[in-house]
Amino acid sequence: MDAILFLIFATIAVLCAINLVVQKHPISSALSLIGVMASLAVLYLLLGGEFLAAVQLIVYAGAIMVLFVFVIMLLNAGAERRSNRSLMATLFGVPLLAAFLALVAYVIQRGLPPTEGVYFGGFTQGTPRAIGRVLFTQYLLPFEVTSVLILIAIIGAVVLARKEI
Amino acid sequence: MHPVTTVHYLVVGLALLLIGTIGVLTRRNIVVILMSIELILNAVNVNLIAFSRHLQDLSGQIFAIFVITVAVAEAAVGLGILIALFRNKETVLADEVDLLKW
Repeated sequence: MDAILFLIFATIAVLCAINLVVQKHPISSALSLIGVMASLAVLYLLLGGEFLAAVQLIVYAGAIMVLFVFVIMLLNAGAERRSNRSLMATLFGVPLLAAFLALVAYVIQRGLPPTEGVYFGGFTQGTPRAIGRVLFTQYLLPFEVTSVLILIAIIGAVVLARKEI
Repeated sequence: MHPVTTVHYLVVGLALLLIGTIGVLTRRNIVVILMSIELILNAVNVNLIAFSRHLQDLSGQIFAIFVITVAVAEAAVGLGILIALFRNKETVLADEVDLLKW
């Protein structure tokens, strides 16, 4: 069951990611990105990250993608035309990429010590309760620094949205 | 059936990272480039959470939350820059913005 769920959603994630890069129109890319985010949320759930799966759906597939689609609609960007690629790139690109992926996968396989499989329910610390406790005790300083980062981002967005720039 | 191990999740993250890098390098629309950057950050998150499960340690998931926060801030500022750029140059294609080109 775990293996079937993993295979289905990992395949959907990778196919949607390829579709994101291949599609000519930005709206199609945005919809593919939503597919990637949703299937990654399922993978997080399989890995025991319950809170992160919810955050992934709400923040990424909800908020960020609405922002992207809003900007695409605002800028009214049409389909982009292709620049002519070199023959070598189209001929050797995909096979070399697959070979590189297989090579690195083999290296990871050999380098990582053998473990038992990842089963759903094997890691139960990803609850909001546990995450909140660690976030507000052990990682309190990074949390506060992150609030400063968000403040800077807000000020930057406001400055950039002004008329004069 | 062969069990799914941490390696499989790492390979999924690696595949997403490679695809995102290709998107950043080959696409010309800046909106799609920003989306590819989101893809790369998600690949990092997959790795962090897979290792959090592998080591039975919650710290990886906390780091993933920070990565999501930084990704949101980056998307907001990036799209703000893009709006300001479009207002001045009337384009969203990266190769038509060559103000800094010598």
